[in-house]
Amino acid sequence: MIELSAIRKVFNSGRPNEFTAVDGVTLSIDSRKITVLKGPSGSGKTTLLGIIGCMARPTSGRIQLTGPLTQAVTFSVKGAAAEVTSLPERFLTEIRRRAFGFIFQQFNLIKGITVLENVMLPAYPMGEDFKLLRERASRILSDLNLSGKVFSKVEWLSGGEAQRVGIARALINDPAVIIADEPTAHLDTKLSGEFMGIVERLKNEGKTVIIASHDPIVFDAPIIDRIVEMRDGRLSGGPQQQ
Amino acid sequence: MKWLEKQRYIIDFTLSSLLRRKTKNIALTLVYTLVVFVLASVMFFAEAIKKEASIILRDSPEIIVQRLAAGRQELVPMGYIEGIKKIRGVQSVRGRLWGYYFEPLAGSNFTLMVQEGGAEKGKIVVGKGILRSMRASEGDILSLKSYKGDWVVLRIMGALSSDSELVSSDLILISEEDFRSVFDISKGYVTDLTLQVRNPRELPNIAQKIKDLYPDTRPIVRDDILRTYNSIFNWRSGILLVIMAAAGLAFIIFAWDKASGLSAEEKKEIGILKAIGWETSDVILMKFWEGTVISLSSFLAGIILAYFHVFFTSSTLFGPVLKGWSVLYPNFRLTPFIDEAQVTTLFFLTVLPYTVATIVPSWRAASVDPDSVMR
Amino acid sequence: MILHPSIIALFLSSVLISVLLLYSSYYGILILRKWDIKSGSELQLDLERRTYLISTILTYVFGFQLISLFLFVYTADILHPLFVGAMCASGTLTVNSYGYPTLILKAFNFIIAGLWLVLNHTDNRAYDYPLIKSKYKFLIVIAPLVVAETFLQTKYFLGLKPDVITSCCSTLFTSESTSVASDLASVPSIPGKIAFYTVMALTLASGAYFYLKGRGGYVFSALCGISFIMAIISIISFFSLYYYELPSLHCPFNILHKEYSYAGYPLYMCIFGGAVAGMGTGVLMPFRKATSLMEIIPVIQKKLIVIALVCFLIFTVMVTYRMLSTPFKLEGY
Repeated sequence: MIELSAIRKVFNSGRPNEFTAVDGVTLSIDSRKITVLKGPSGSGKTTLLGIIGCMARPTSGRIQLTGPLTQAVTFSVKGAAAEVTSLPERFLTEIRRRAFGFIFQQFNLIKGITVLENVMLPAYPMGEDFKLLRERASRILSDLNLSGKVFSKVEWLSGGEAQRVGIARALINDPAVIIADEPTAHLDTKLSGEFMGIVERLKNEGKTVIIASHDPIVFDAPIIDRIVEMRDGRLSGGPQQQ
Repeated sequence: MKWLEKQRYIIDFTLSSLLRRKTKNIALTLVYTLVVFVLASVMFFAEAIKKEASIILRDSPEIIVQRLAAGRQELVPMGYIEGIKKIRGVQSVRGRLWGYYFEPLAGSNFTLMVQEGGAEKGKIVVGKGILRSMRASEGDILSLKSYKGDWVVLRIMGALSSDSELVSSDLILISEEDFRSVFDISKGYVTDLTLQVRNPRELPNIAQKIKDLYPDTRPIVRDDILRTYNSIFNWRSGILLVIMAAAGLAFIIFAWDKASGLSAEEKKEIGILKAIGWETSDVILMKFWEGTVISLSSFLAGIILAYFHVFFTSSTLFGPVLKGWSVLYPNFRLTPFIDEAQVTTLFFLTVLPYTVATIVPSWRAASVDPDSVMR
Repeated sequence: MILHPSIIALFLSSVLISVLLLYSSYYGILILRKWDIKSGSELQLDLERRTYLISTILTYVFGFQLISLFLFVYTADILHPLFVGAMCASGTLTVNSYGYPTLILKAFNFIIAGLWLVLNHTDNRAYDYPLIKSKYKFLIVIAPLVVAETFLQTKYFLGLKPDVITSCCSTLFTSESTSVASDLASVPSIPGKIAFYTVMALTLASGAYFYLKGRGGYVFSALCGISFIMAIISIISFFSLYYYELPSLHCPFNILHKEYSYAGYPLYMCIFGGAVAGMGTGVLMPFRKATSLMEIIPVIQKKLIVIALVCFLIFTVMVTYRMLSTPFKLEGY
């Protein structure tokens, strides 16, 4: 479980263009469930996603990883508690590598290198044995029906294929949590449906999925466990849940 | 080993990253190589010449005694030899005969020298520069106009080897009789004296005693010559380097600009790396390898090219400035001489400033927020 | 001043390194005043980012400082023909009174830069930057030392006038003259060797004890420092003689030459490596009890102990082998 308490994120503090992206959000994300953050652009859901995924530090507030996720924390930070709010970047990144996988709106694959290399990239800093890593990457790609494209350059992929490569990359370190930011924004209806199918598979494998989206195909899908609405940096619509 | 594997991965990514931006990196490498090449050429040349001079001078006599009249060099009476032989510590004294002969056809001075067992009467051995400027070859006749007004006819028996061209280019080895004929010097005089001394530490004392004995002489100690040569070449190469500081500065600014001016594509790539789990220090490491690959290739290429330039093509590009002015340019091949001091100096003059210029831009690029690709 | 390219290079590098250190110190002071790990403010995030820059800078400085040390010796070597009486680098360094102090300060700065890196590495392994303040206080001490070195080096080079008569190592390191150097050279060889091997043995024992029992860190660290000094004195006093096979050549620099198979490099690298690693353990000792460091420090210290001991061991083996294998005999003079 991921617990957020009174999270605030302020940009350009003290300057004329000061902007509060997230303004006092208290939220608990349940493990092994699919949670959708719903809201218009500018609602702060992308920023909140970054904070949940240990990508950014909140200006104030606390984040704790509890339950099965504590393992990721204590592995990385010997002797530490499950609070990750003030961890130095080194540790935050370590936790993020172990526990979180990210899928982006724009796919964000690195051009000029192959699909396989793109998928293995997140694991490079860990210095893992090359053969094992490549094997794992190939397996994940074949699970997503991409075996034929393993050595292709990413520029030649179709939208759906690129999205699936992005998913494969997110899965390379076998994370407990998958975070997706507007994953269907550049996909047509059919591909969006396929995407949600993959999400269902992930949930069945015991993963926690958090999706930020304003696409009805996503938040109207029956497999969604919970919808959290956001507006102007705060939770809106419906009672605050712990 | 995890650390090693990690370096391999990052170097792999770095190389592919460099190749993805070929134009920018090739331009940088070329300029970098050029800078190293220029500096290395200057250094190699100066150091090799100093080394050459010291080798040559090693065989020169430890003290040379000249006689002065009103500050100008005069012939030394043979009688001085006896007086100097008596000074304690002097091993041997010999008279030398040599002089400059101006040849109008070549427009330059020839050095005439008498060497024991060198040449018989009527015959000479000449340096290659003379063959070139007089358009002569072995077997030809060379006539020198004596100071008495008549012609001394000499046959060229051979040429001095190219290995010694640095000192022998304009040299003519001639017999004593012919020498005295050309310059009209009587048997009682020689050009200067050379001494061998038993104990090198006594050199200053002996030089002083010679001056006391014959106040019209000027003893020159060999080490003083060596020191002067060194000074001149140090000074010359130093000035060249300082002048090139302007070019060097331009290179550094160029490097800094290239490091700071990341294209949107590059910025995005780093953003992606940070987002998928690379830490700032991992990206800094990547930038380090980038810099190292570029620095190492440019440094090696520059040094190798300079090596060829100086030692195989006789520094066609800067030779004149460093060699000094003379009409008869010796065509000499410098003995290749490169040591750790030169390489380290070059490293500090090129790689160090480049690296320092790229530290802050690299860090700035690496410090991008991980969530920047999401916004 | 002599406009030799090497002098220009050294001057340039010293100035650049000083600038880097001053730049780092500026941010160091900022960090000392405003650091708050618990805060999520933009200032704090910016400061955390800066620490990466300063770590990177100090790592480069460490590397460049080592090369600078060698280049300084090379330059002194190259310039010796210009000074009457100088036969090697030692002679050039005594032309004016800034030569040896510059060399010593350079070596010292290399070592403390290394110690800072040990501290930094340890700090980064903990989840709350426990050593951040100590680290940057240390940095602010290093910066003026580096600037002082630049100053001394400049004064030295400015004072190199080619017609000054100086002394070479054989007169410098002779028993007749009354300088520190001659005191070093005139250490009688048997007591000197006994002292050297005793110190090395003590260091080895202390290191093993520290490794196995986890106690005695300060003792070990101090012994490493003493070993460093002992090793250098020993090279000057007797070990170098076995390389030169001459009873009167006490020069510490000539063993870097090709004629002696560049033996000086591994010897000096080992001495410096041992010093940094060994004294690094001492630098970490005061922080053993901090919560976030309790498990981390012993691990790092163990690695440092191994590095230090291996370095000193290699050194000892090398000089002993040389001493025993050359036909040259020192005793009896």
